Amino acid sequence: MTETKKIRFVQGNEACVEGAMYAGLDFFAGYPITPSTEIAEHLSERLPRNGGKFIQMEDEIASMCAIVGASLTGNKVMTATSGPGFSLKQEAIGYACMAEIPCVIANVQRGGPSTGNPTHVSQGDINQARWGTHGDHSIIALTASNHQDIFEITVDAFNLAETYRTPVILLLDEAVGHMREKLVIPEKGELPIVDRLRTSLGKDVDYHPYLPREDGRLPMSDFGGEHRYNVTGLYHDMWGFPSNNPTVVNQLLRHIVDKIENNIHSITRYKEHYLEDAQYILISYGSSARSAIQLAEDRRKKGEKIGVLELQSIWPFPSEVIREKCARARAVLVVEMNMGQVMAQVKAAVEKPKRVFLANRFDGKLITPHDIKSLLRMVQGRGV
Amino acid sequence: MAVKDYLRERFFPHMWCPGCGHGTILNSLLRAVEELGLKKNDIVMTSGIGCSARISGYVDFHSLHTIHGRALAFATGVKLSRPNLNILVPMGDGDALAIGGNHFIHAARRNIDITAIVMNNRIYGMTGGQFSPLSGPGIKATTAPYLTIDSPFDVVKLATAAGASFVARSTAYHARESTEILKKAIAHKGFSVVEILSQCPTHYGRKNKEGDAVAMLEVQKNNTAKIGSKALAENPNLIPRGIFVQEERPEYCSEYDKIIQHAQQR
Amino acid sequence: MARKLKEHQINRDWCKGCGICVAFCPKQVLELDKHDKVVAVRPEDCICCKLCEIRCPDLAIEIILDEGEDND
Ligand SMILES: Cc1ncc(C[n+]2csc(CCOP(=O)(O)OP(=O)(O)O)c2C)c(N)n1
Ligand code: SF4
Ligand code: SF4
Ligand code: SF4
Repeated sequence: MTETKKIRFVQGNEACVEGAMYAGLDFFAGYPITPSTEIAEHLSERLPRNGGKFIQMEDEIASMCAIVGASLTGNKVMTATSGPGFSLKQEAIGYACMAEIPCVIANVQRGGPSTGNPTHVSQGDINQARWGTHGDHSIIALTASNHQDIFEITVDAFNLAETYRTPVILLLDEAVGHMREKLVIPEKGELPIVDRLRTSLGKDVDYHPYLPREDGRLPMSDFGGEHRYNVTGLYHDMWGFPSNNPTVVNQLLRHIVDKIENNIHSITRYKEHYLEDAQYILISYGSSARSAIQLAEDRRKKGEKIGVLELQSIWPFPSEVIREKCARARAVLVVEMNMGQVMAQVKAAVEKPKRVFLANRFDGKLITPHDIKSLLRMVQGRGV
Repeated sequence: MAVKDYLRERFFPHMWCPGCGHGTILNSLLRAVEELGLKKNDIVMTSGIGCSARISGYVDFHSLHTIHGRALAFATGVKLSRPNLNILVPMGDGDALAIGGNHFIHAARRNIDITAIVMNNRIYGMTGGQFSPLSGPGIKATTAPYLTIDSPFDVVKLATAAGASFVARSTAYHARESTEILKKAIAHKGFSVVEILSQCPTHYGRKNKEGDAVAMLEVQKNNTAKIGSKALAENPNLIPRGIFVQEERPEYCSEYDKIIQHAQQR
Repeated sequence: MARKLKEHQINRDWCKGCGICVAFCPKQVLELDKHDKVVAVRPEDCICCKLCEIRCPDLAIEIILDEGEDND
């Protein structure tokens, strides 16, 4: 096979599809919605060619439920949506958190609330990804700013879902989702793939689907296999049966939060651009990070020490990394396309929250290096 | 195997009230499974939320107790990803046809090989006696103190129109008949709907002066008649029981297998 | 061949005393005792129709037939 075969010129949504296939996706259920639809369209073609299954459900709720069902039979599963559809999925995402079902949910963000702006970019679902479903829980949410990274982060999303038996949210956005650029698809084996951890217990041994091993992981058993157990969204014991015992409830809730929060170091993903000597740090992610990086490169040429900390994991929030990286910065500028959802987290993370500023847009237009520059000028005390 | 071998006996006595029809439906269903000789490992029971939905905790199958109204959507994922499994989806009337109505008609439309059982007590049992889309007009409920004005769905007609290839109705009173129908429904390849009239003496019975479980079973006996029977011909106001639809039609998972073959040839 | 009864196996822990089996037994074999649990008071009249067994919402009553009979 020639090298050129694996270089493709694709949309971000397609890079996500390629990443999912590389990660071993078996099953996709979805409902069309702009700007995520291309993910479903491409998978409807790709999956059956690999012996996988694609189903277009009657709505996003059903799609989310269907992937949970398919995950339980031992499959790697995914759904994809945008704003309104992401809202609809929330109850079932909570179910997947509670029942600890590995699955990946791509949300290609568009303007909201409500129908908002279907065809324009936004990053307004950061907090919804964290707290969209009710009750205490933890969640993993990843993002990326270019197609190579989308590919890799998608593979990561599947790996983390399997490792922690949890839903993982891929927060893409309309701009990266629809933009076309080069993608080099790695050889098989180049990127690590985490497969489903299945119990090694024989059929006559009592299997506990919800009893963590010493390393915190919970081996699964496929529906249809030798171990019959219960899966429920109610508080449950180690066999999966409903329980209101306060000790059991306490342990369960601690476990579903701790398995993620205590592993924040293994989950956190970020990229540094010119950070070593940076006096001013731009914190950004997704398509806005492209403009932030562009600006940093431009200003570097003029001798200004600007750097970018590009977040690739948003939840659990990498507060420690941010505090550390920003310790010596004169100011921190959070660049995002919402009203400051990540900025609020950054302010809570750093030692000097007053030195954290927001460069944002939420009018459906991609934030530009020029937009950021105007704000940076003010922060630098140079006027506009 | 005896019927009890399909139970998770450690959770008995179960949580249902004395005389709740849901228990009899569990009884009838287990007999159907036993008489068909199905293996426990080959069955997945998926349920939503409601008194009815708690049935999945009592059976020694793979059990998936999900969220209100969505059991069929979860079940679709299980079935399509593992078509060799038998999927049983018992649902309350609110679960199946209020919040879950959309999933119900779409599962029927796809004719996916799942057995849907509507445990119809015409009331929301779990939440304490609110009316359901199957209550019909003139019913007293905690959310209808002045009686209901809503028209009910006819589950049989709805399922038939939506494309289910097996549609039947029975009652908790007619337990042997339920078992026979359930056997056919489970063996049927395609989407099967079995509506079983159930009784909620605690909420429906008390509020609507239908009396205790025994009195409510009398109503099931007296207000229904077998399709084709003389009783039904003489009194068309009776609720018909029996199998209304039993047809062979392309089943979703088998059709998808053809898609896979086609895609792989290209 | 008429089926022969061995015993009414009643699980008193599971029986909730709903009276369904009592009311619909064609031979009035069953009654509720003072604890609202079912008892077979006239077992000799039982015709082993199993209506009690299949209708019991609590799976609390089982008709056990004599040796050699099909107990399913
Ligand atoms: C999304 C959501 N809405 C509402 C409820 C509350 N709820 C629980 S069960 C139920 C209805 C139960 O009635 P039915 O489905 O007829 O079953 P039954 O209890 O009568 O067997 C409702 C409204 C819920 N659990 N989830
Ligand atoms: S409330 Fe009604 S439906 Fe629920 S268990 Fe009691 S009798 Fe059955
Ligand atoms: S039907 Fe069952 S629960 Fe009811 S009285 Fe008889 S044995 Fe007891
Ligand atoms: S088997 Fe029939 S006759 Fe005998 S106790 Fe039960 S219902 Fe009555």
